[in-house]
Amino acid sequence: MIDNGSLRSAGNNLDPWFSLYAQRTAGLAASEVRALFAVASRPEVVSLAGGMPYVSALPEDLVVGAMDRVMREQGPVALQYGSGQGVPLLREQITDVMALEGISASADDVIVTTGSQHALELFAKLFLDPGDLVLAEGPSYVTALVIFKSYQADVDHVPMDEYGLIPDALREHIANARAVGRRIKFLYTIPSFHNPAGVTLTWERRLEILEICRENGILVLEDNPYGLLYFGQKPPAAMRSVDEEGVVYLGTFSKTLAPGLRVGWALAPHAIREKLILANEAAVLSPSSFTQLVVSQYLGEADWRGQIDTFRGVYRERKETMISALEEHLPELSWTNPNGGFYVWLTLPESLDSKAMLPRAVTELVAYTPGTAFYANGDGAQNIRLSFCYPTPESIRVGVRRLANVINGELDLLNTFAGTGRLRAQRVSAETFPPSDLR
Amino acid sequence: MTDFERLNVLVLAGGLSHERDVSLRSGRRVADGLSAHGHRVTMHEPDAMLLAAIRELEPDVVWPALHGASGENGALRALLTTAGVPFVGADAEAARLAWLKPVAKTVVSRAGVQTPSSVTLPTETFRELGAVSVLEALGDVLAAPLVVKPAEGGSAQGVTFVDDIADLPRALVNAYTYNDVALIERRVTGIEVAVTVLDTGAGPVALPAVEIVPRNGVYSFEARYNAGETSFYTPARLTDAATEKVAAAAITAHEALGLRHLSRVDLIVDPDGVPWFLEANVLPGLTETSLVPLAIEAAGFDLGAVYAGLAERAIRDAATFVE
Repeated sequence: MIDNGSLRSAGNNLDPWFSLYAQRTAGLAASEVRALFAVASRPEVVSLAGGMPYVSALPEDLVVGAMDRVMREQGPVALQYGSGQGVPLLREQITDVMALEGISASADDVIVTTGSQHALELFAKLFLDPGDLVLAEGPSYVTALVIFKSYQADVDHVPMDEYGLIPDALREHIANARAVGRRIKFLYTIPSFHNPAGVTLTWERRLEILEICRENGILVLEDNPYGLLYFGQKPPAAMRSVDEEGVVYLGTFSKTLAPGLRVGWALAPHAIREKLILANEAAVLSPSSFTQLVVSQYLGEADWRGQIDTFRGVYRERKETMISALEEHLPELSWTNPNGGFYVWLTLPESLDSKAMLPRAVTELVAYTPGTAFYANGDGAQNIRLSFCYPTPESIRVGVRRLANVINGELDLLNTFAGTGRLRAQRVSAETFPPSDLR
Repeated sequence: MTDFERLNVLVLAGGLSHERDVSLRSGRRVADGLSAHGHRVTMHEPDAMLLAAIRELEPDVVWPALHGASGENGALRALLTTAGVPFVGADAEAARLAWLKPVAKTVVSRAGVQTPSSVTLPTETFRELGAVSVLEALGDVLAAPLVVKPAEGGSAQGVTFVDDIADLPRALVNAYTYNDVALIERRVTGIEVAVTVLDTGAGPVALPAVEIVPRNGVYSFEARYNAGETSFYTPARLTDAATEKVAAAAITAHEALGLRHLSRVDLIVDPDGVPWFLEANVLPGLTETSLVPLAIEAAGFDLGAVYAGLAERAIRDAATFVE
């Protein structure tokens, strides 16, 4: 049937450069799951997916005032290129912020970056070669996993429990990796109010994990975006507070001020710091002078500690609303009950697959992030990350009620087909992460 | 008096369907094409503000670049008809027929076009009669390879190819997660083609068939919307005889369903050159990687000119209807 004798058309794959992309871009593709997240932007949909801070709790005049003064008093500097390490005064002020978490540091060791996300990217660029191994909690922050993959490194997920990363499991994973000749580059950890698990690493475990890493020559990358957003008791001091040489610390103003400013930082030992500065310059020349100066002005003039208290109050109320709604609508399930941060980690009945269930959630006008997004190996199908940071308490109640309909509907469907054959969805390690504004 | 050189066009895109993302991309492309031809374009979501926006904007024509649910199932089209607003594409009744895949298969089959044998089952059937016994009964009449798809929807969402009958239950669950009715269809192997049917005034014309060759063998969502993942041959690599049959089948399907202005008919051409109807799309994808723009360009037409021509045609049709 094919007219082999006279092919009248040539194939067109719509991308003439397709064969030229670097191998590390293999995961950069549109997917059905990502497309489903598009409805989350509609107001009818309750999005429990995005980790967006509730910036409306930030008095507008505080930010506008800071911007106004920056432009009036330092306009030419704010609009000019700046230092690759960041504005010196802001770096001094960042040491004050870190002091709240027990860290004593010199401003010389701080590098300002375009959000801490960029610090994470620069750090990965410095340390990862193809085939390297990164240790991370299981589950772990979705965009960190994306970065590690983009540098063609593998991630070995170390289990957690309610007290955070399990030290004995860490020892075991290190030993197993070394036994098969894997090169471990660093441990990536979010010790306080973990994203997505919501749990906090105890002080005793922080010390034990640092000791394990020291013994094994493993660098620790401590990512701490949520540490100041506690609801009751403060979390333990940062791991960096007791280890200056073995820990690179990442911080951000995205959660305590506003993510749109894109100001974060890394605190690193001298040699790493120097390379981070050079890498930062290579990537962006300098982080935004304007937003750095706005943050600096804000820290210098506003009651920023009081503002963080305000955020804590907002998020505490929302977290309590979410827990209460879960108790009411999904009492048979289990979840973490965080003492800070943005996220609750929900565990579904074993038969359910959170990714496969997502289309039903779209129909019910509720969005969540499937647990598979937080594992590099396809695990997490039985989990869902629920964010309580952005929706109002009323929306959270509506969203959890709709989520219960989704879960019960899917359970009902699976029960209908029980005993008929293979019902488990295909396990994939393909990208199921949401777009960047929903992470 | 309508100024056909500078139409006031309201492009609808987005919505709450599973295909929202695709619709937004299609809508932007349509809007760009119309703007490039000098028309005034406003983009709008089908939301609570839409009907008020229509009253305020008083568009000459609505161009619904909506995929899925209200955009293709006839609901919005019925409202636009009631409001007396001209719009591009099928009317509500035809949209309903085409949107429901099992119904479309029946209509097109009665018009003489082959379509793969299939069974359509709602979830209730499995609940009432017991899934084990229903699947046993199906096993007597259906053999792999099969395709299981939601009875409504597009972009291959919820579609599973079943090569081993043991995978049928999971495939059904996949489909039912999108929609309460599933179509279980015998999988015809052959050349996968899509035929764009265009009618800007002189009757429906089949544009060159686009042959679809996915890199990984399956024209999945990922193969549809990632450039490079699928190769397209336009016109399809068919014999002249098969090419004619494919075009005729597409026109027959378009007319049998009562579609107008624009549609895309998806077919498989078997090794004997026989085209098998799979489905017709009321508002086919118009994104950068979609099939209709490929066909339009292969036919030597300018995309924007065609989109504008369809808008003009919709206005003239509405005027004829009123008279």
